Amino acid sequence: MTTKRPSMRTAWRLLAFLRPFTPQIIVTVLLGGVMVVANMLLLSMASYLIAGAAIVTMIVLLSIPITIVRLMGLVRAAARYGERLLSHNVTFRLLAHIRVTVYRRLAPLAPARLFQLRSGDLLARLVSDVDELQNLYLRVVAPVLVAVLITVITCWLLAIFNTVLALAALFFLLITGLGLPLLALRLTRGLGRQQLALRGRVNVHIVESLQGMSDLLAYGQAARRREQLASWEQRLDRLQRRLALAGGLQEGLQELLTGLAVWSILLLAIPLAATRQINSIYLGFLAMLVLAAFEAIAPLAQAFAQLGHSLAAGERLFSIIDTAPAVSDPEQPAPIPATRSLELTFEDVTFRYEEEGRQVTLANISFHVPAGARVAIVGPSGAGKSTLLRLAMRFWDPQEGRILLAGQDIRSFALADLRSLMGVVTQDTYLFNDTIRGNLRLAAPSATEGQLWRALELAQLDDFVRQLPAGLDTWIGEQGLKLSGGERQRLAIARALLKDAPLLLLDEVTANLDRLTEQALFEALDMLMQGRTTLLVTHRLLHMERMDEILVVDGGRIVERGRHEQLLALGGLYRRLWEVQNALLPVA
Amino acid sequence: MEKQILHYCTAARWPLALSVLAGLLALLATVGQMALLSWVIARVFLGHADLQQVGLALAVLLVIIGLRAGLVWLREFSARRAGNRVKSELRRRLFEHLLLLGPLFVRGERSGELIATLNEGCERLETYVARYLPQAVWSLVIPLLLLVIIWPLDHLSAILLLITGPVIPVLMIAVGSYSQKHIQRQWATLARLSAHFLDTIQGLVTLHLFGRSGAQEAHVARLSDEYRRRTLRVLRYAFLSGAVLEFMTMLAIGLIAVFLGVRLINRELPFEQAFLVLLLIPEFYRPLRELGTQYHAGMEGRVAAQRMLEILASLPPVREPREASRSLPAAPLTLTCEQVTCRYPDSERPALHNVSFTLSAGSCTALVGRSGAGKSTLVNLLLRFMEVESGAILVNGLPLDRLPADLWREYVALVPQRPYLFSGSVRDNIRLARPGASDEEVERAAELAGAADFIRELPAGYDTEVGEQGLRLSAGQLQRLALARAFLKQAPLLILDEPSSSLDPESEALLSAALARLRRQCTVLVIAHRLNTVAAADQVLVLDGGRLIESGPPAALLQQPTSAYAQLMTARLQEAGAVPGKEAEAL
Repeated sequence: MTTKRPSMRTAWRLLAFLRPFTPQIIVTVLLGGVMVVANMLLLSMASYLIAGAAIVTMIVLLSIPITIVRLMGLVRAAARYGERLLSHNVTFRLLAHIRVTVYRRLAPLAPARLFQLRSGDLLARLVSDVDELQNLYLRVVAPVLVAVLITVITCWLLAIFNTVLALAALFFLLITGLGLPLLALRLTRGLGRQQLALRGRVNVHIVESLQGMSDLLAYGQAARRREQLASWEQRLDRLQRRLALAGGLQEGLQELLTGLAVWSILLLAIPLAATRQINSIYLGFLAMLVLAAFEAIAPLAQAFAQLGHSLAAGERLFSIIDTAPAVSDPEQPAPIPATRSLELTFEDVTFRYEEEGRQVTLANISFHVPAGARVAIVGPSGAGKSTLLRLAMRFWDPQEGRILLAGQDIRSFALADLRSLMGVVTQDTYLFNDTIRGNLRLAAPSATEGQLWRALELAQLDDFVRQLPAGLDTWIGEQGLKLSGGERQRLAIARALLKDAPLLLLDEVTANLDRLTEQALFEALDMLMQGRTTLLVTHRLLHMERMDEILVVDGGRIVERGRHEQLLALGGLYRRLWEVQNALLPVA
Repeated sequence: MEKQILHYCTAARWPLALSVLAGLLALLATVGQMALLSWVIARVFLGHADLQQVGLALAVLLVIIGLRAGLVWLREFSARRAGNRVKSELRRRLFEHLLLLGPLFVRGERSGELIATLNEGCERLETYVARYLPQAVWSLVIPLLLLVIIWPLDHLSAILLLITGPVIPVLMIAVGSYSQKHIQRQWATLARLSAHFLDTIQGLVTLHLFGRSGAQEAHVARLSDEYRRRTLRVLRYAFLSGAVLEFMTMLAIGLIAVFLGVRLINRELPFEQAFLVLLLIPEFYRPLRELGTQYHAGMEGRVAAQRMLEILASLPPVREPREASRSLPAAPLTLTCEQVTCRYPDSERPALHNVSFTLSAGSCTALVGRSGAGKSTLVNLLLRFMEVESGAILVNGLPLDRLPADLWREYVALVPQRPYLFSGSVRDNIRLARPGASDEEVERAAELAGAADFIRELPAGYDTEVGEQGLRLSAGQLQRLALARAFLKQAPLLILDEPSSSLDPESEALLSAALARLRRQCTVLVIAHRLNTVAAADQVLVLDGGRLIESGPPAALLQQPTSAYAQLMTARLQEAGAVPGKEAEAL
């Protein structure tokens, strides 16, 4: 992650998220202002009340300050209640708004872009960045606006007495509200970043040590890891010492400036009182007014720090959602073929991933899958087999050559139309945190109960689902039932059956499954392949004799092709792969 | 519990005490500041003094303001330091203890929780120590201190404070714990909500393929909105409690002010004293309110601390010997298991039952069996990650538990199926086996392990970064790296777990060649997944359900028609020789 300084543009774009909520924001800021003002009035009027009581003899004369003092508790409590409720309402609405916006921008980027993000938990990062942005209003915008409002009110109240007093207060409020946070940022910016980096290192050290503990202990490295952690902790400690000094300094300075503000107001007001320019009865009032005004200034330091987090989160977010989609719809999409018998053709396809320096992933790939035929793509890992399949799904477009479906370039169809023709099952089937029914319905929202069960039956999952207490309504995923690899794949097959698409793309469906499960699953797959044009990618050579053609891919090229027995007889790469596989012991 | 935690970190006691003390002194400075303030105002207001007459007092006031700022600095600094120290000390201790508890304690799903405890948990504890603990002391001492100060100034105000003061913590605990529970539950829902959002975007590819990506947008909006409404319904009560608290303190301040005013009019009280009391009242309530804002941090810290104490109290799985033998009898390594039975702490059924065998010096033994047969348990035992329940393991005649675990592991090289790569270069990862090894030795080991070719083709060769953030390697490459570690270590016993998946033909050939080389140097135990490996072994051990059901040379086993191993091999061989086109998948 780069730590370049976030631009003003990011700040403005972030603020644009708030625009739909302008009225609510104004109200909450006003309420926040009322809260602080109530406290200011309570303390200052109480001072005035006591001062007044010292010189008058009739309590009636003080009825106004008494009323104000009594009332302020209620006003402040009510304002606080309203402010909290409204501000949280805005925050939650904001969160929903940001989520929908991000989703809307993200959706067209899938799948190509998301495919790259999936690695390294970047998606989780994106989600936590969205969560981070919900603080933008509550911790940044609102406190700043309230502070501005209170500064204006304080100076205005003081200006009624004397302009110089107002200016003095303004000076201290600005220094404390703006100067101090900026100073703190300056003092800690480098340190904070170093601390973050160091903390990250400690974190990685701990994660790796725990996850790789067998290797560590087996190689007698425990002591060294301990020492390493200790030395990092020591560096962290030195850094934290400086951070604590700076943090404490900020708090101390804030107290100092608050005290100085009150002191200066007194210093300025005493001569004015002596010359009767202001009534000396107001001395306590003025001091307390200024003292209480600092309540609105105190949260600014945190607001500045939060702003930094929000800007960084915004920067990362925008950098993702601003990318252009890898593929897009044609201007005038062709109608999808009316026939269910589709043939798929690769014509001299060459493809490389966009990242610089990447070698050609696929070179001059040509083959033809006749309608209803089964073609398998096999080869060592990293040969480009899965990429080939993803090109057929149009995650990316090839740099050279074309892919034809029913004789038409797949780029001439709308993406949604194209994908509606394909049933896809991959090794890393994605199941949503939802019920089994919900996950199945994804493929056919209007499927009847009978159709769902029929699909489960064909996928050989009906018995399993039937013995679950909640049946189809069983929740699966992180919070729900954990399915085994075989069960997941059966569910994916049932999903593909429900979708009932004429073209079938299968990508290492049985990878990561044990041999018995693999064998059983193949029967379900066989059911699925019937009557569908099938392109199957695998590195496991299972039931290859049932394939109409096998393409052996190595290093991005088709190196052998033919039927199973022909390829075995050829004695090339296919034969070697076959032998290696058969030298494995079965493990159940 | 606080005591227990602080017991673990003596280094934090002094900063913590210093912080508390500085906080109390800062309060005294505040009292002095307020006293001077009220004196000056009284002199100017009632005594009609001018600036010169109060000049000295103002100068002293300035000094006190500075002094107070300094004390606040000290207070904050030492509180943070106390937090820092507790954090790093406990993290260090937990880390050390976990290394003692071993990989079986941290394995599986628990590792995530432990990592969270060591990272976020320690951070929470830091906040707890730096913020909550001192605040808890102040919220008790400062109000009392102020009562003592206010009492001589005005009895009635002191009595009013004494009455209203306890109401706040009582109210806070009563309402606070109720609403806190709800708020916490709501935050949990929020976490679930972002998990759902993550779920949706992780599944975007799937959604696209089923043409459902548009429909999900409305779903995201609807769910967020539903959450908002539900949360606000609950938060309403929490906010109400906050408002009531606010109202109470404000009302108390107002009431006392009015009482003061009434008695001033009746001249029962001098102005200066009354004003000072007014200035001090907010200070009385402040620590109590601040404790309220730290309540959450307090709770979280306690939960984290509880977990840490639990971990620290867990007992290591392996007893270190009392009379340790400092070395093994010098000879090629022979290892014997005699009637070994063991079980995992959370299991009824023994993982290994009466297992006896010998790995004779320089031999190669293949261990076969289904998953769950006890193969990894045996490896865990041999590496001393767990203890035998009964029976004994002897190395060159010496009982294994007479050797310190660290020392024993120096005699063993482990090549797991998926070796763990630590962040760092390829070179560093091989060197793990012998940190003192020279570059040449590392490269020689890689050469022997058949890893040199692919390493040279990596973007930066031996200096390529691998691990979590780095390059991903294939299963075959990973295993060859682990073999390089074994070559570098040159231990007399090698434990190797073959990859169970089929590798590329090239990887396969390189792996068997490397294994053949290693066999010449040491005693080998290999968890076999390959026909050739088993056939080439000197001895085969067949495990099933924790029992050793067969053992002997592979050729001898093949002769016995009842042998499970023989059946397994025959089936495999038949399949390998299967006539193409004929459906003869036997397994």
